[in-house]
Amino acid sequence: MTVPALAVTSLNKSFDRPVIKQFDLTIRAGEFYALLGPNGAGKTTILRMVAGLLQPDSGGISIFGIDARRDPIAAKRVLAWVSDEPMVYDRLTPLEYLEFVAGLWQVESRQAQNKANELIDWLGLRPHANELCGGFSKGMLQKVALAGALVHDPKLIILDEPLTGLDAGSARTVKDVLLGKVREGVTVIMTTHILEVAERMAERIGVITGGRLIAEGTLAELRNRIGRESSLEDIFLDLVAQGAEEQAA
Amino acid sequence: MSAAPASIAWFAKHELILGWRDWVAMMTGGRRARSLGIVIFLAVVVIILHLMALGLVGPWAGRGINEDGATLVMLTGTGFLFWTIMLSQALEAVTRVYYGRSDLDLVLSSPASSRRLFAVRTGAVALTSMLLPGLLASPLINMLALLDNPRWLFAYGVVLAMGAISTAIAIGITLLLFRFVGPRQTRLIAQIVAAVVGAGFVIGIQAAAILYYGDMSRFALFQSQAIIDIAPEVDSAFWLPAKAVMGYGDALATMLVVGITALVATIALAAPSYGQHATSAAGLTHIRSARRVSRNPFKQASQRHALRRKEWRLLQRDPWLLSQTLMQILYLLPPALLLWHNFGSDAGAFVVVVPVLVMAAGQLAGGLAWLAISGEDAHDLVVTAPVSPRTVLLAKIEAVLTVILCVMAPLLLLMALSSWQMALITAFGAMLSAGSATAIQLWFRVVAKRSMFRRRQVASRAATLSEAFASIMWAGMGAMLAAGSWLAFGPAIVAVLVLCIARMLAPRRP
Repeated sequence: MTVPALAVTSLNKSFDRPVIKQFDLTIRAGEFYALLGPNGAGKTTILRMVAGLLQPDSGGISIFGIDARRDPIAAKRVLAWVSDEPMVYDRLTPLEYLEFVAGLWQVESRQAQNKANELIDWLGLRPHANELCGGFSKGMLQKVALAGALVHDPKLIILDEPLTGLDAGSARTVKDVLLGKVREGVTVIMTTHILEVAERMAERIGVITGGRLIAEGTLAELRNRIGRESSLEDIFLDLVAQGAEEQAA
Repeated sequence: MSAAPASIAWFAKHELILGWRDWVAMMTGGRRARSLGIVIFLAVVVIILHLMALGLVGPWAGRGINEDGATLVMLTGTGFLFWTIMLSQALEAVTRVYYGRSDLDLVLSSPASSRRLFAVRTGAVALTSMLLPGLLASPLINMLALLDNPRWLFAYGVVLAMGAISTAIAIGITLLLFRFVGPRQTRLIAQIVAAVVGAGFVIGIQAAAILYYGDMSRFALFQSQAIIDIAPEVDSAFWLPAKAVMGYGDALATMLVVGITALVATIALAAPSYGQHATSAAGLTHIRSARRVSRNPFKQASQRHALRRKEWRLLQRDPWLLSQTLMQILYLLPPALLLWHNFGSDAGAFVVVVPVLVMAAGQLAGGLAWLAISGEDAHDLVVTAPVSPRTVLLAKIEAVLTVILCVMAPLLLLMALSSWQMALITAFGAMLSAGSATAIQLWFRVVAKRSMFRRRQVASRAATLSEAFASIMWAGMGAMLAAGSWLAFGPAIVAVLVLCIARMLAPRRP
């Protein structure tokens, strides 16, 4: 049996109230997984705990068999995190940024330089490679952040609303890059409010509300669950409504 | 009765509410429960300042204050000192009126008049720029009014007039910069001018005092007979501000008319172009600036070195920090001059120079440490990297301390040429002071954008106060050591106590 890319077991997290409750999730290696849910459902909280940005109260997180809570450094070596707010320095150029990221992940220098140049070209950043990021548009910043996530060849990429605020062209580039990575065997987990993106790109979709996973499967499996031929939007709204009723009961 | 929407009064009320809430948040750190403690603390500070003022002006008032050349020189010189601080603050604040973006996009995209907003915001600049010098001067004014004559209260009117004149000049300089160097350079140049103006006069009179009297006191020059002798006659118009301070109604009226007319005229002149300049400043966020390509990019380096190199690059490219650092370095000029002036002749100069350098090291380290430790624009990236938090912190601390070393090394070298023992004492004190400031920033670290640098004190009063107290105490230890006194243990013990208290007050981390 192959080791899952991500295995989350009985994860719990509370702030002033419980936000994640006994959360379980298993994602296969090389899978494109979309995590959907209404605002405040807990999607970002879960992904931030997986990426090591938040400490869970209890539960287990295993990334390619590495216990991320016991050996976070080893787990971080194989993952990349991209948020909706690009984590880029205003006063570094894209190439300097990639040099910094490569330094953090200890990528061998020649390999890092080749990879950075390849990504810069792939993402259409070549004319701006030596300009400070401070003047870049949101789309360009997100491309720089994505390049940073890919420069160290991660096995698992976690993206939190990566397409927010991007124009059609930039969004298409990001989607193409992610699909290309999945074809290479990389695992991608993404949250999005753009259901059409999840419908077209994801192999499996998880729906979360109130900190619980209420449904999971391929689009066809989710359609079967609500018992009619519908769009993902209809399925999502039905599932969220059902979930809310169950929680209220 | 409420003001008509988008009128000057309506904008003023809006600004007042925001300003008040901002001030309360700054003082209480967002915890209303602290309000009573803050009020008590402020009351104690006010009493202490008044007692200090009593010690300063009491003997003078006791001897009877005459309206002679010496008094007029002293009042004019001291007033000019306060005025340069006001001008520096006004310049800094006026650039914020043009460059601050918080709600400007909302107002500029609305049908409301941007001229009215400009009038209100520049009025607020005038008030805030007179606030700090006014507060600093108030214990002196109050004590003189109490001990000598109530007419000294007229000095508050002079503060008002000086604030208005400073703001008018600051607007004028900003407009000239917009016209001649463009919006891209205006902010940086205005900040540097503000730093130079703020420190320039103080440093200038200190330099003159060092060269002529071998003394770093700012007031030595104002008490000099040579200056008094060459000063204009007592009835000259030159002394108008000093006479207004001393309670002459006609002098005060003239000052107020000149100040308020200058401010109103400048606002009227600058308001029509405000929207245009503010919009051009907003466009700067989209300007891309190319950098020279590194000759040796992607050089193999450790994680620590990658972090250090990133910090140095960001520090080097931060214009706000550049102006702040320039200010710190400017303040190091008088001690350097004193060292040079007394080279090989006067060991007593070290008692003055050593603490100044020790304190400067602490202050510089505090600012840089905040930028490196708390001001992390890509916090998530660093946290998700396969590098331990300890390594990240060590690399950032190394980056900060290396910069301090680069600033201090030439001065220490100069000092070592005169006395290697004193250089060692300074290096020891500077290391403790910079180390303490860095440790405090580490204990009170928060996650913030580097652009929040100006508001870093808001995060924790305790951090700000303990950083300042620790620097002062290490400076005191340096001075005592330079004087060869065993009393140096006193301030050193207090500094350690301050650090212990800061550690206890710092938020616990898992």
